[in-house]
Amino acid sequence: MNDALATSPLWADIATAVLVVVGASFAAVGSFGLLRMPTFYRRIHTPTLGATLGVWSITLATIIFFSTQGYGLFLHAVLISFFVGLTAPITTIFVMRVALFRDRRKPNPKAPVPPASSAPSTAPTPPAAPATTETP
Amino acid sequence: MTPILFWGLKAALFLLAVAMLCALARLLIGPTAQDRVIALDCLYINGMLMMLVLGIVYASSVYFEAAMLIALFGFVGSTAMAKFLLRGEVIE
Repeated sequence: MNDALATSPLWADIATAVLVVVGASFAAVGSFGLLRMPTFYRRIHTPTLGATLGVWSITLATIIFFSTQGYGLFLHAVLISFFVGLTAPITTIFVMRVALFRDRRKPNPKAPVPPASSAPSTAPTPPAAPATTETP
Repeated sequence: MTPILFWGLKAALFLLAVAMLCALARLLIGPTAQDRVIALDCLYINGMLMMLVLGIVYASSVYFEAAMLIALFGFVGSTAMAKFLLRGEVIE
């Protein structure tokens, strides 16, 4: 048991391998959805799978691997998952506003239409509040 | 390094390479500019994850700082591109 302390124990290797493969699979599925989805408004959903679950799994694997190397607790990787979790929604909101703005400038037939029951005939026009602030 | 970790890291690197190729294809064929922006966003996140996996492969924490820098500057770049598409200039 004592010589196992020099390298990482077996459970840490297994946990690292499983978490790394799971995180990379989430990132691959998200990126494949980015390639496969037909319109922009569907495409913007898929990369968030890699930005949340993929990043969390791989940072957790990094923490487990470096914490069992014998140099003490390695918690710096929490910074990455915290920072990506903080900034990915901001980027998505900005790009979504860009898409709405550009589709309003040059109408896009593929733009999503809200359900007829909730929003009647004003479907393609987005809410009025950002419209006043966005027009230069 | 046990074989399960070795092959797990190989499989993860392969999956991340496939993910980066998908994002690169969307970056090249994306019909509009906002498609290219989210493809580049996805591409830098996949590259950052690949940096973290490479840090495990080489058991070196230097890759961690590179991943941190990619996360920081990728966000700044995506926001600047979105701002440019929205306003026509980045800093006004």
